[in-house]
Amino acid sequence: MVQEANLSIIPLAPLVGSALAFIIGRRAHHLAGWIASLASLIAFGWVIKSVLSIPADGVLEDNLFTWFSFKGAVTVDFLFRMDHLTAVMALVVTGVGSLIHLYSIAYMHEDESVHRFFSYLNLFMFAMLLLVLGGNLLVLFIGWEGVGLCSYLLIGFWHKNINYAAAGRKAFVVNRIGDAGFLAAVFFCVFLFGTVDFLELAAISFDAIQMAWIPVIAFCLFVGACGKSAQIPLFVWLPDAMAGPTPVSALIHAATMVTAGVYMMARCHFIFDAAPEVMLIVAAIALLTAFVAATTALTQNDIKKVLAYSTVSQLGFMFLAVAAGAYWVAIFHVVTHAFFKACLFLGAGSVIHGCHHEQDMREMGGLRKKMPLTFATYFISVLAIAGIYPLSGYFSKHAILEAVAHTGNVHLVPYAEWIGILATVTAFLTAFYMTRSLVMTFFGEYRGHAHPHESPLLMTGPLVVLAGAAAIFGFFGAPQLFHYLETVLPAHGNHFHAPTILDGVVHSWVGFFGVGLAFLFYSSMKQIPGQIYRAVLPLSVLFSGKYYFDEIYDAMIVRPLEGLARWLWRSFDQSLIDGMVNGTAAAVDATGEVVRASQSGQIRSYALIMFLATVVIMALYLVI
Amino acid sequence: MATIQGYLVLSALLFTIGALGVVMRRNTIVMFMCIELMLNAVNLSFVAFSKMHGGMEGQVAVFFVMVVAAAEAAVGLGIIISVFRAIQSVETTDSGELRL
Repeated sequence: MVQEANLSIIPLAPLVGSALAFIIGRRAHHLAGWIASLASLIAFGWVIKSVLSIPADGVLEDNLFTWFSFKGAVTVDFLFRMDHLTAVMALVVTGVGSLIHLYSIAYMHEDESVHRFFSYLNLFMFAMLLLVLGGNLLVLFIGWEGVGLCSYLLIGFWHKNINYAAAGRKAFVVNRIGDAGFLAAVFFCVFLFGTVDFLELAAISFDAIQMAWIPVIAFCLFVGACGKSAQIPLFVWLPDAMAGPTPVSALIHAATMVTAGVYMMARCHFIFDAAPEVMLIVAAIALLTAFVAATTALTQNDIKKVLAYSTVSQLGFMFLAVAAGAYWVAIFHVVTHAFFKACLFLGAGSVIHGCHHEQDMREMGGLRKKMPLTFATYFISVLAIAGIYPLSGYFSKHAILEAVAHTGNVHLVPYAEWIGILATVTAFLTAFYMTRSLVMTFFGEYRGHAHPHESPLLMTGPLVVLAGAAAIFGFFGAPQLFHYLETVLPAHGNHFHAPTILDGVVHSWVGFFGVGLAFLFYSSMKQIPGQIYRAVLPLSVLFSGKYYFDEIYDAMIVRPLEGLARWLWRSFDQSLIDGMVNGTAAAVDATGEVVRASQSGQIRSYALIMFLATVVIMALYLVI
Repeated sequence: MATIQGYLVLSALLFTIGALGVVMRRNTIVMFMCIELMLNAVNLSFVAFSKMHGGMEGQVAVFFVMVVAAAEAAVGLGIIISVFRAIQSVETTDSGELRL
């Protein structure tokens, strides 16, 4: 059942807000943040209003206009559509987004181009909502590219630092690779199915030829998701993206944009369901990403880098759920992750703010007493991400492990046990490195030279709300979310089972173990981490060197491409193109040199030519 | 009475002398006179043909040519004088560059 509704206000509010924040905020800096926050809150309110009016077994639609129609065979509408999946994502994007907007007012108040910041932030909200609300692949693609652009603009927000600008460029270029895959998938859909509308695509029963191409489409879509959601081999941009202001990391690189790949795969689940063999690749990539990122996070000393690698690792978990066919679990983890990771990032931002822009955890410590509210929220979020009952992370992570264990994908079943073990190890590592960051930042004695202070209410307020959501959403929200998403995402037998308290506590042993061990190592037995580091030195070097992905890419891709570009520049551009242009000029010059002899300026020679020509013409006249 | 051929031969002779003069001489005044010579050679053949055919058209054309030649002489001599004032010469070789 399709019901008309005015959905276009949702993305339009932040778009208008973006323009107003820039125009008004340029004159009055203190207004920019409030304008942007208001726009974001209007979008949030309208999302709630729309979500409440979704018919029980249907969708809301808002068809703005026919975008283009190609020979009547392919018609693409500029269409917004809201079903239960969209509703969940839109609520997270606008809800968490609004909190981060409010937080940013305090965090960015000293910045000289604060109007630019809020303008970009609202523009990002606009693009992200376009992505989430888009009723077909092409509208989604506009949002997909839009968030990429805003990510680039915000990573390089402090563009006067050349390294930050380079980080933005890297994110943009790496994302392009994924986008090429996504675009290829869209073209395949147009050629094979003649439509890009999600509902129409879902209704198609594939014939033999289409069935043969489905794995290709699925793979192309996955490549797109890899770029946006930072999976191996395209994850290298996300750690560098920490160059942006911390609220940006929380909003774009933790809660919303990086989960767009997961959302897109859930949205196109009918394609992935038909290509179970591709899901094996997805599972392998996801698991590898989760593990590699988790081990890298163990050795990082920059608090934001730890959180960045943690995000990459958690995204791997989400893809693992997708690979197992448990789309609702993936979305569930997207939501819980949005809460606790946004809270962690904002908490880190609060710490950085309090320590006067210090990001190195070795220069922190003992902040527990100086920043009690930040500490409390960070602590709750660490326990949540560690997967400890009854916090939200426990429910989503446990659901992922369950989904892998009971996957309906026959290609995945033989490996399910190994995937489960490695995922459990990764979950342990997650608990360990997150607790390490907690202890290094908040426990012990203060090692830095600044005067840390608690952040203002405008920053701690969102922290408290997010920590609260991270704490209770799993317990109260999981069953509701499952039933809510059941109508749009196939469960493939992955039902939600509410655990008893005893089960919950017992199943949290991985988290307890990780948290406990990290507490032991980093607060009382401080020599042990160093000893372990030296005992497995080759591994340690590998981990702290971030697996040398950047160096390998530099040697294998960047340098050869630079060489090729230089060769093309010399041989093609300078020799051929410039040769043609300069050659034309030289030819004209030489011709002029020859012909100018006739233009002697001697009137007698002109007269002679005139006479001779007349004689010739007369002669011709007589002959003919 | 002389035949038409005699007039035409004289006319051709005068025209050739005029043409050669324009091409070979460097003095613009002499070149000018040579042009007059060519015009009058043409005039001669006009009158000769007119007489032969007994019509008046040729003689009318001659009057036109004379009028135009007078106008041309006025303009041309004016140019020669102003060029002479500028470069103190009437030789074509000296004014080949059309600038001072």
